[in-house]
Amino acid sequence: MSDVTAGEVQTIVAARLLRDARSCFIGVGRPSTAAILAREIVNPDLVLVYESGTIGAKPQRIPLSIGDGELAATADLVVPVVEMFNYWIQPGRIDVAFLGAAQVDRRGHLNSTVIGDYAHPRTRLPGAGGAPEIATGCDRTIVIAPHSPRTFVAQLDFLTTRAAPEAVITDLGVLEPDPDDGELVLVQVHPGVEPDAVQDETGWDLRISPRLGTTPPPTEAELAALRALVAR
Amino acid sequence: MAEIVGLHEAVAELVHDGDSVAMEGFTHLIPFAAGHEVIRQGRRDLDLIRMTPDLLYDQLIGMGCARRLVFSYGGNPGVGSLHRFRDAIEHGWPVPLEIEEHSHAGMANRYAAGAAALPFAILRGYAGTDLVRHTQVASITCPFTGEELAAVPALNPDVTIVHAQEADRSGSVQLWGIPGVQKEAILAGKRSLVTVERLVDVIEPRPGGVVIPGWVIDAVAVAPGGAAPSYAHGLTERDNDFYKAWDTISRDRDTFAAWMDEHVLGAPAGAGA
Repeated sequence: MSDVTAGEVQTIVAARLLRDARSCFIGVGRPSTAAILAREIVNPDLVLVYESGTIGAKPQRIPLSIGDGELAATADLVVPVVEMFNYWIQPGRIDVAFLGAAQVDRRGHLNSTVIGDYAHPRTRLPGAGGAPEIATGCDRTIVIAPHSPRTFVAQLDFLTTRAAPEAVITDLGVLEPDPDDGELVLVQVHPGVEPDAVQDETGWDLRISPRLGTTPPPTEAELAALRALVAR
Repeated sequence: MAEIVGLHEAVAELVHDGDSVAMEGFTHLIPFAAGHEVIRQGRRDLDLIRMTPDLLYDQLIGMGCARRLVFSYGGNPGVGSLHRFRDAIEHGWPVPLEIEEHSHAGMANRYAAGAAALPFAILRGYAGTDLVRHTQVASITCPFTGEELAAVPALNPDVTIVHAQEADRSGSVQLWGIPGVQKEAILAGKRSLVTVERLVDVIEPRPGGVVIPGWVIDAVAVAPGGAAPSYAHGLTERDNDFYKAWDTISRDRDTFAAWMDEHVLGAPAGAGA
């Protein structure tokens, strides 16, 4: 499987984490692909929840937006936004939050608001969306982000979401919080990735677990399912 | 009881310079035709309110209609940036844009408080974020349990505009599919306009349908295809290709202006896009 891309490994690793979840709240992009894939490869009963109000959506294709028609058409129920946040997310009825971000710090906190100064930003990003309350409302938060020094920064330009992720899945490996102080530790590298390379792409002095493991490579079945999904 | 009127007349009557205007529709049923009419009528200094500004507010902002924006997610969903929104915030083009930003939970609850005629809403949210220093949110203690909660002020727009699938001749409307915050936004608004795909003699309530009676709506205007490039569930499809194309159209000021000239300013009064 030498032609497998880093992005494919990242998506498959994220999907595997949903094996035992009942429900997953999904942001757009790679988190969405991973959660849809999870229904196909590890957890056919996984309830997909999108902030547009669609609960139990069963998309056959990757939606462009969180409000595509297929999500509403295939959902178990479709609820107003107020109900989504007040009745479903806030009380902790959704198990897992899958989130992305422009910046991640060593605690796993997230920035999706601005790069630069808030009043005079270098780059204005979209903003919070549902993330702050989704991260605190769901039992488990999993962050999916590309590994680069621009993303993994020592200091966030803006703290949008006070997440405490159980795992951060990147295209190079997996980070998990130290049980003692919560700082992210590299616990796993994807096949062919050296820990030094992960440090080079991280904007702080990265802790590496003494029990550093290697990600089990994608199986033929996982890869075939992902590629079929992306091609649909 | 809502009056059934032309879109041009409805916007002229209900939307004034300097108003706070909420055009809602969460990805689905975004009232593009009405927004384009606001642009054609040259409204200025608007205080625009919308959870997800989307392409419609990118267009209003780029055309210089807005003085201020209240929002919670300013991206092109699944595509990337809203370039006119960014240009206004980063460079003040074409006019400076003040912002007030929230989380989705905060915005949705602000509308709900507005609909309920309460001064504020409470939620578990914003805690420990930098949003607290930059927006209207306060801490409040539960009088029964002592829990610290977030309080956000009610939203009561001067005018709310939404799009729905159908209306009857009394101006009652029904929408179905993703319901978003349209009902809350209509009930929170001081005035309201609903554009619809079609007029029907009798509204047949649908499973999951949201019916809003004509007696809480000021005006209904027929605008077939008026949600495009967003969609009206069951009647039209979301134009995902256009959402992707907008990234290129909107990136450059001149390309954007030329597109708006051709497709919005050049369209007849009251027309959809």
